[in-house]
Amino acid sequence: MSKNNLATVFIWLIALLVSGVFFWLLSDIIVHGLAKLSWPFLVENPKNAGRSGGIGPIIVSTALILMVAMITATPLGLATAVLLSEFTQQDRVFGHLVRRSLDVLAGVPSIVFGLFGNAFFCIYLGLGFSILSGGLTLACMVLPILIRTVEEGLQATPNEYRLAAAALGMSRGAALFQVLLPAATPAIVAGLLLGIGRAGAETAALIFTSGYVDRMPGSLFDSGRALSVHIYDLSMNVAGGDASAFSSALVLIMLLVIINSLAMSLAKHWQHKSIIAL
Amino acid sequence: MSLSRADRQLVALLRGYALLAAAIVLLILLFLVKESWPILQHVALTRFITDTSWHPVQSLYQLTPMLSATLYSTLGAVLLATPLGIGSALFSRYYAPSFLAMVYRRLIELLAGIPSVVYGFWGLTTLAPLIGRLHPPGVSLLTGILILTLMILPTVALTVDAALSAVPIAYVRGAAALGLSRWGLISGVTMPAARSGIAAGILLAAGRAIGETMAVLMVAGNVVEQPHSLFDSVRTLTANIALEMAYATGDHRAALFVSGLALMSMVLVLVGLAEFFTKERRYV
Repeated sequence: MSKNNLATVFIWLIALLVSGVFFWLLSDIIVHGLAKLSWPFLVENPKNAGRSGGIGPIIVSTALILMVAMITATPLGLATAVLLSEFTQQDRVFGHLVRRSLDVLAGVPSIVFGLFGNAFFCIYLGLGFSILSGGLTLACMVLPILIRTVEEGLQATPNEYRLAAAALGMSRGAALFQVLLPAATPAIVAGLLLGIGRAGAETAALIFTSGYVDRMPGSLFDSGRALSVHIYDLSMNVAGGDASAFSSALVLIMLLVIINSLAMSLAKHWQHKSIIAL
Repeated sequence: MSLSRADRQLVALLRGYALLAAAIVLLILLFLVKESWPILQHVALTRFITDTSWHPVQSLYQLTPMLSATLYSTLGAVLLATPLGIGSALFSRYYAPSFLAMVYRRLIELLAGIPSVVYGFWGLTTLAPLIGRLHPPGVSLLTGILILTLMILPTVALTVDAALSAVPIAYVRGAAALGLSRWGLISGVTMPAARSGIAAGILLAAGRAIGETMAVLMVAGNVVEQPHSLFDSVRTLTANIALEMAYATGDHRAALFVSGLALMSMVLVLVGLAEFFTKERRYV
């Protein structure tokens, strides 16, 4: 067989192997997960350390943690992205420094975020094991991806918009709020969704910041168990928790798939046509 | 173009926010150092290597078994994921019919979004028992390597795909005009042209593997011992932090922050290298 044909066979085999393993993984989780999945499972309290009952409070905690994370990260991320994309001509060095430090932030391992969150938010700021500590830790974590997506969206808006706005005598700020940000809306929403997806998948950063408590949280200062932490706890620390863990994993994957595909389709939308009527 | 007064105020505000965002990395480093400081003052750095075992309560802080577990599992995962990831990227870009290529790419994107705790859980319930039948106990370095491979494969595939898409179309046309075969085009033209992007992708994947916690924590067995075979249970640096942070106090806690610093510096080196490779845009 010629080298060319041999390579073709190998590449197809690799693709088959990879998709095979992944269908195995997904079908395992779907088949086992569907067994316990039902409406009561989604709303009830966990009983018997999670072996029976549902994941109601855990879904609420997860949502609260994500809400804190995104409410904190959004203004910070938007402002930084706008600065990097629109206002760094005046100050290249500053822009360069910010970009570099965000690159590093993107590479920090999640367990290190957990250590930091524990030392800074829980202990130094005195927030303790709480939804607030967990959410703020995740906010630091999602900043790089949020900023990068919004920045790319802003840079994809045609330069004519800036020129036309300047020709009309609009200030840079007015052009930003009236023209550029509306035109980049899909990118902003995609960035937020990608951030939520990243934060929702996180476990290691939450174990020592938002904690393990599986009761319904009464306030943001209560400890709350995220869905991913629940899966970890059920499979490692609770004998006989596998059935509930499979169902929780299925719920988590479905949520993430919906969020990520929304983000992807919005991202594609802004690549294709990046103007909306004003 | 000079800015109006309102615009200058806006820029100042934005700059404040950006400074805050940029300061987070420094804050993380600062707090890692602050928390490790108590132990670094009276325990020499070399003792983290030369001590005889990891018994932090008895002031023995040997990190080498965890370091080797991290290095072996990362190395194994990168060795497996690199050919599979590159093959996946080549498949969707050059081999698959366009419909199949789209489906395959969506599959890889889907996999990139699956949480590590789910990979770990699947490894523990499905893969570990299979490997245990081959050679007990099943939760082992090998299981860890295989799960890590699955996790970083999408990273490799997506970055290599992006690097290949950045190769100028003129190269491909030139190769076609010379009558190169498909493999000739790939091995002689596009892969060499995209090699810096490919290298960066592999380094980023390695960084992900080093920093990964949940998956290896769940499938690698967590025994603090120097591994002698692929079937030995191991505990990585990240898993060690996750397991012991819950009850660690005093010097023990500080020692965990030292291992956090070690992780952070490894990842920094890899990110730096990856950036170096992407900067250097040499085409053949």
